[in-house]
Amino acid sequence: MSLLIDENTHVDPAAQLGGDHRIPDQSRAARTRSFDVDAFGLPTGREEEWRFTPVDRLGHVLSDTATDDDGDDHAAEFTVEAPEQFVAGTLAPGQAPRGTVLVPEDRGAAVASANTPEALHLRIPADVEHPDPVRVRVHGRGAGRRSNAHYVLEAERHSKALVILDHTGSADHTGNLEVVVGDGAQLTVVSLQRWEDDALHLGQHEALVGRDATYKHIVVTLGGGIVRVNSNVRYAGPGGDATLLGVYFADAGQHLEHRSFVDHNAPRCTSLVTYKGALQGESARTVWVGDVLIRKEAEGIETYELNRNLVLTDGARADSVPNLEIETGEIAGAGHASSTGRFDDEQLFYLMSRGITEDEARRLVVRGFFADVVAKIGVPEVVDTVMAAIDEELALTAEVAPA
Amino acid sequence: MTTLEIRDLHVSVADDDATEILRGVDLTISSGETHAIMGPNGSGKSTLAYAIAGHPKYTVTSGQVLLDGEDVLEMGVDERAQAGLFLAMQYPVEVPGVTVSNFLRTAKTAVDGEAPKLRHWVKDMKGAMEALRMDPAFAERNVNEGFSGGEKKRHEILQMELLQPKIAILDETDSGLDVDALKVVSEGVNRVKDATGLGVMLITHYTRILRYIQPDYVHVFINGRVAESGGRDLADRLEEEGYDRFLTAGV
Repeated sequence: MSLLIDENTHVDPAAQLGGDHRIPDQSRAARTRSFDVDAFGLPTGREEEWRFTPVDRLGHVLSDTATDDDGDDHAAEFTVEAPEQFVAGTLAPGQAPRGTVLVPEDRGAAVASANTPEALHLRIPADVEHPDPVRVRVHGRGAGRRSNAHYVLEAERHSKALVILDHTGSADHTGNLEVVVGDGAQLTVVSLQRWEDDALHLGQHEALVGRDATYKHIVVTLGGGIVRVNSNVRYAGPGGDATLLGVYFADAGQHLEHRSFVDHNAPRCTSLVTYKGALQGESARTVWVGDVLIRKEAEGIETYELNRNLVLTDGARADSVPNLEIETGEIAGAGHASSTGRFDDEQLFYLMSRGITEDEARRLVVRGFFADVVAKIGVPEVVDTVMAAIDEELALTAEVAPA
Repeated sequence: MTTLEIRDLHVSVADDDATEILRGVDLTISSGETHAIMGPNGSGKSTLAYAIAGHPKYTVTSGQVLLDGEDVLEMGVDERAQAGLFLAMQYPVEVPGVTVSNFLRTAKTAVDGEAPKLRHWVKDMKGAMEALRMDPAFAERNVNEGFSGGEKKRHEILQMELLQPKIAILDETDSGLDVDALKVVSEGVNRVKDATGLGVMLITHYTRILRYIQPDYVHVFINGRVAESGGRDLADRLEEEGYDRFLTAGV
């Protein structure tokens, strides 16, 4: 085995602060999981899983209340673009496969589950390779309006599909995504957060990756006041491959939080987690917490997780915490890297000294920063969305004081 | 015919006005001329290069830099390059995620004010890279990322060949190069000179590179100013005597 822990680039801000550093006192696997909302108290911000989140700004989003629909005036509009045979109807709580993969891990996921009587059920039939993206559009219809959602996505064995979940508008939204990737299936799921600035969004995306299946989960978070997406993976058999990618760009006042948990519970599986984010503006805030657990039975697995943050201006803060728990040494490799850096003025000077204007030079550097994760996305329309968003964000950079 | 005139240039570190690094530099470089600037470490040679290029770390406290009469000090960093100045850096900076080919094309477009014609550009780039004995795969690597010392310097000269500046400042381009790489890089400089009539300010600590690039003038740089100017023979004398003569008498 090789155990590559990249100490040089590992910056744990909590560790540097000294007093605030809490070593989780239990294994990640031991965290409470329940469908019962009351199993989770309202967070105070002192809990391990809430310590970075501005819980005082979460408004209604954690309250155990139904979706704020008023007749035909829905809190959120859902539009599904999929071939008819993929739409399998709806699932009540406890109606399998709903609940077989996703058990809520925090209060946000529990209220979403409890308040979604009918979960959308999408099923890609076995052996079907569908070339076009399947889309679920979620459009919030008013800041502060409670909206709950739960989607169950099944990719049956040897199917191949791309599913894009696209969030726009504004709402206090909780949304769970439960994914079953059948044996040998290849499924890509994209979750775009393009909310208005006053939206709140909590979500738990939980996937079970089948034997020799390939699962790619891509989070792109650009909008929203507070967005917190927890993306979890575990395996149903050996040979599964999971890639979790994230791209985020936080502006003034935004809190964008991404957590992932890869539970290596089967032999000879692989996982790659790559999240990259940029921040600009006063009190722009991002959080990445990447948990990986390699259980005793997970022999021969290989995992690597990486998070990098680029701070473009003063007043922004990025937290980055990788956690690796290893219960067996019989693995192919495990490593992590995490770092947060400021925009490098020497890069700017170098490019400008070749005649490149400051705006263009900044664009090159920031696009370059995201280049490797963008290259892994492999979905052209998502790449275009990300690149256009970076350019739009940088048009704003010109208006705020550089770091 | 282009002339770069440096008149009584005084430069300090930006956040420390008290420490003057350049203390009245006078130097005039015209097209086709090669001026070797030689001096010991800490004499201010690199500061001169960076100040002309406009690095924000340095503040010009007095004096002038004129390119064909135009006030260079009034120009932004990018405008200086667009006006025809080029600085080959001693420590080129890594730019992750930006390929050499993307960087070069962006720079060429910026300097020329229009995108180069694709077919000519590809040919020019291939030709220049071949002449510098660079592997074609180099174009797809990220700018300076993981480059060896020699690769970084070749890459600087490659940029000079393609951007075709009027005046180039080569800041210790010879440092850290083995003899073979030094020859390749020197040939590159000579080739651009012959082709475009480039004026060169060749900053170096050692006389070694002067075997391959013939200087028209040699200036000894001591304590932030030119202590003595001469021809090729001055370099030969430095080779034998070192800088001691200037260091004891020059302060």
